[in-house]
Amino acid sequence: MEKVLMKGNEAIAEAAINARCLHFFGYPITPQTEIAAYMSRRLPKLGGVYLQAESEIASINMVLGAAAAGARIMTSSSSPGISLMSEGISYIAGCDLPCVIVNIQRGGPGLGGIQPSQADYFQATRSSGHGDFHSIVLAPNSVQEMADLTGVAFDLADKYRMPAMILGDGILGQMMEPVTLDGIGEPVTYDKPWATTGTRGAREHNIINSLILKPEGLEQSNFKRFERYAIIKREEQLHEEYLTDDADIIIAAYGAASRVSKNAIKMVRERGIKAGLIRPITLWPFPAEAFAKFADRVKGFISVEMSMGQLIDDVKLSTGQKRPVTLCARTGGMVHTPEEIAKKIMAADKGEWQ
Amino acid sequence: MFDKRITIFAGHYGSGKTNLAVNCAVALRGSFPNKRVILADMDIVNPYFKSADEATYLAGKNIDVIAPVFANTNLDAPALPGELFSIFHDQSSLAVIDLGGDDRGAYALGRFAELLINHAIYDMLLVVNYYRPLTRTPQSVCGIKTEIEVAAGVTFTGVVNNSNIGVATTAQDVLNSMEYIKRVTEQCDLPLVFTSIKKDLEHFLPELNTFGINVTETGEKYGIV
Repeated sequence: MEKVLMKGNEAIAEAAINARCLHFFGYPITPQTEIAAYMSRRLPKLGGVYLQAESEIASINMVLGAAAAGARIMTSSSSPGISLMSEGISYIAGCDLPCVIVNIQRGGPGLGGIQPSQADYFQATRSSGHGDFHSIVLAPNSVQEMADLTGVAFDLADKYRMPAMILGDGILGQMMEPVTLDGIGEPVTYDKPWATTGTRGAREHNIINSLILKPEGLEQSNFKRFERYAIIKREEQLHEEYLTDDADIIIAAYGAASRVSKNAIKMVRERGIKAGLIRPITLWPFPAEAFAKFADRVKGFISVEMSMGQLIDDVKLSTGQKRPVTLCARTGGMVHTPEEIAKKIMAADKGEWQ
Repeated sequence: MFDKRITIFAGHYGSGKTNLAVNCAVALRGSFPNKRVILADMDIVNPYFKSADEATYLAGKNIDVIAPVFANTNLDAPALPGELFSIFHDQSSLAVIDLGGDDRGAYALGRFAELLINHAIYDMLLVVNYYRPLTRTPQSVCGIKTEIEVAAGVTFTGVVNNSNIGVATTAQDVLNSMEYIKRVTEQCDLPLVFTSIKKDLEHFLPELNTFGINVTETGEKYGIV
């Protein structure tokens, strides 16, 4: 398995091509532009379509159209661009269409800044658009995972006919690490009998639509969708545990913050403090069971996040507030140092949980 | 190795230009203790990892860093400082130019093409990394070379083999790139100027013309190792 050196953004793009995604619609924005740039170089040579749309709103509606026609399809953006897409994401969910949306987060709110952030956690896991719906949200923490989870995202999106989001950040998008794409293997493909591929006079029309005229019908379609969500919550939770076996203090962190947290854990363990990490890999469905099983045996939890207290809500919900849960936050494009996380752990170890 | 007054590093994005430029400036400082050494960060395409990140380290070595006006801010505005002209006015200085990646990064040099060609002695080095996925064939490297030359209005004078997969690179990884580099130099019709390699691997490859460098992983800037 030969390794190549890739940026996280490139790894996502190449992994998408490996997953037979040959069409891409998007609009440039730092720090995710390399995804579009990579696709613009590669897709035309593969007989696919790369199109830079006039805006994120146009991009996401092109994604809806391509998904309706049964194509594996992806778009990518960064925080403000994802906000623009939110109406279209809701329509895609309402139409039960699969697609992959990449958000390489930057500092907000508003135009904010171009440096890394995790402040779109609520947007991704709670409300990436209006109405009752969810997107599957995957949070890689290395360039290799940017590639691997892109394949998973396409698989899950097709399997459950819904949007799947890769939630990265500017660090993961821009940093370079060795990657191997050999291990990803052949993509799983799904029959799409619902796709609008032309009837050829041989079958009834397939209709893709999110408008349901009667409220009784709309309610039923939402109920059905939530039955699927229940299966996903039961079967698709992914997480990683690091040094949790003997841990007194558990850090909750995903993405780049989890990498910095691991360094902090190594530092405090040298001083004899037993800290460990639970890293959610799926943010929705949240790996609630992984956290719940520690709620009775640890002193407490620290949510290390590049946002002002978003992940922490899911940690509290899944641990029933049986133990203190405290926040270690940076925001606006600033990133934790391992030292400041270590300080927070050492304070917690002394019983200071504010 | 660096025997011209101006050394320009250009190539595919992510090929390692910034790291080479920083190492080159430090090497020049060592060889010419009494000269002004300038590191000009002309990368106005990628606002994340830049020579300007190393400004404090370089200042400590008495190397002048000329960086884009909004480097290390939240403003993604591609503006170059007028100070860049001092490279050409101060004929006794030694300058290293770190260009942005691909043709898009090379456009920034176009403004200075006439000054370079008519009033300066320079090397423009094509940085190549065999382990970057979009430059794995000599044809793809030659394609990017031509695009950069058209954008910059300046032609390359040599190739640098910077084949690596980060700090995990082995001497064998470098050796495995040599056949490819030979074909790159033939197809691009440029000489191989040197092979850059982590300092601690240099002694494994005495037969190669190597430039020993310190390697910084991109994640280190953010406490990720």
